[in-house]
Amino acid sequence: MDNSFADKLRKKSFLLPEAYGNEVVKKVFQRKDMLFALLALFFFVGLALFAPLISPYDPNAINLKNKNLNPSEEHLLGTDYLGRDLLSRILIGAQTSLSIATGVVLISLFLGTAAGCVAGYYGGIVDESISRLIDIFLSFPGVIFALTILGALGSGVFNLMLALSIVHWAKYARLMRGQVLSIKKKEFILSAITSGAGDFYIIRKHIVPNAIATLLVLATIDFGHVILSIATLSFLGIGLPADVPEWGAMLSSGKEFMRTAPFQTIFPGLAITLIVVIFSILGDGMRDILDPNHEGGEIY
Amino acid sequence: MKYFLKKAGFMAFTVFAVCALTFFLMNVIPGGTAELILKHTLIGLEESATEEQLIQFSSRYNLDDPLYLQFFSWVKEAVLRGDMGTSYVYKKPVIYLLALRLPATVQLAGASMALAIVVGVSLGIYSALQENRISDHILRIITLFGVSMPGFWVALILILIFSLKLKLVPVSGYGNLENMLLPAAALSLHSIASIMRVTRTSMLETLGQEYIRFAKAKGLPVWKIISRHALKNAMLPVITVIGFQTGSLLGGAVVIEKIFAWPGIGGLLVDSISARDLPVVQGCVLAIVTMYLLVHFLVDMLYTHLDPRIRYG
Repeated sequence: MDNSFADKLRKKSFLLPEAYGNEVVKKVFQRKDMLFALLALFFFVGLALFAPLISPYDPNAINLKNKNLNPSEEHLLGTDYLGRDLLSRILIGAQTSLSIATGVVLISLFLGTAAGCVAGYYGGIVDESISRLIDIFLSFPGVIFALTILGALGSGVFNLMLALSIVHWAKYARLMRGQVLSIKKKEFILSAITSGAGDFYIIRKHIVPNAIATLLVLATIDFGHVILSIATLSFLGIGLPADVPEWGAMLSSGKEFMRTAPFQTIFPGLAITLIVVIFSILGDGMRDILDPNHEGGEIY
Repeated sequence: MKYFLKKAGFMAFTVFAVCALTFFLMNVIPGGTAELILKHTLIGLEESATEEQLIQFSSRYNLDDPLYLQFFSWVKEAVLRGDMGTSYVYKKPVIYLLALRLPATVQLAGASMALAIVVGVSLGIYSALQENRISDHILRIITLFGVSMPGFWVALILILIFSLKLKLVPVSGYGNLENMLLPAAALSLHSIASIMRVTRTSMLETLGQEYIRFAKAKGLPVWKIISRHALKNAMLPVITVIGFQTGSLLGGAVVIEKIFAWPGIGGLLVDSISARDLPVVQGCVLAIVTMYLLVHFLVDMLYTHLDPRIRYG
């Protein structure tokens, strides 16, 4: 056991204290719904990763002879208005959504953690100004804010990521700030200060490891929200360029043919729903395990 | 009172900050604002603007001034005279466009919120009372999907079923109650699910309290326990969620209005963003954020009223 991969990972992991980490894994395996969601997630990620290999057709191959087909043996989910295979496009679309969402969540997590740490740890005028900034960003309904930013920047993968990160970081920052404030009162911080540890050392070694579990819960729940936002924005034609295969954009072009080819409206939406359901289940489960005392549920 | 003033002051500050943020954001477009606007709105995408047109356009809308001067003159006009500029596309005052479009959004959002609160709270209570029975499980699965389905997809599916297949209600339109049914249903689904979820959790927690057991022991009927004792205490988290849901409702309204061709502010905002009609974008954002903050403010006040611990704490 001393050199297994899991062991190494655990030793290196700064995320969770050792015993705690094992406990969490055990609890996840006890919950059937989370286990199921986790398997489904692996399945989806696998599909997305291997999309170019397993998709039956080229997702961008236009074939006007076969346009707006209903599901059949050749095209399992039918085709769109340009005769492109829907199944292949949904598979590639998973790649688009998952990778953009991962980027957004990582950037927001990083920015939010940094801002929240600084605000909570140093307090005073720094805290006051960062907190006001957080309040302002949170008082903008998310989709509308992202829409405005994208209106200014123009569409594109990078701009979409940037816009959504600007919208989402504040949630993480607020949560992190709260965490830091409560951790700061603990005795081990005091003893670290008395033994002469620097601010950065304390933040890195004591505060972040103790707060990260709560932040990961938020990140999991947020992942679903980000996927919904991506779909909404590209549905409006503002998120991504028209030729990028993305679920929201597919719904947007499919809705024109709802009367004759309703499947174009059904399948991409189903894909979005499934992936968001998975993250909802995982997020809720993680919250129950890591943060059993939470109230109401809307801090996330 | 002091709390009230502090909140109101913060609200005014936030509205101002959001306006400034939008203003500068919309003006960082690479490649010259005037040229872009002209390209998008006045002459069509094929031709490029002549030098003369550019100068004329810039001087008419003061686009050559430094940004902060433009912003402050905008704020001055908006505060003193309610003049938020003129739309580049519609050639009408922004305030007029907003006044024209605002009622539709308020109606839709208001109806959806009312629907969400009524359905969400009652199903949430029912679910809590039926804890771990079959109907509770079904409701919980519905909630899970309710918070996970994209609102615009729900809207499309509703159109597909009720308008195209069953032909019960028109696809789009404005004015009758039947026009409102599908948009309100699609818009409120997410909020219904969220409110239901929180009501259930909070109700279960309250029902486990000593005083509820006492009420049960002294023989009060269930509906009396709920309405007299449990509801008031269980409602606090629910009220918070209702405040948060307003934001997602206003955001969702943008898409829903677009799908149903509902003549509200959301649709106007999307169109103006694509057309780079900056004064209108600015006006719409201002209107939406103000609405959102007002609801939050009301929720806060209600909360303080219901929970004296905050007032005195």
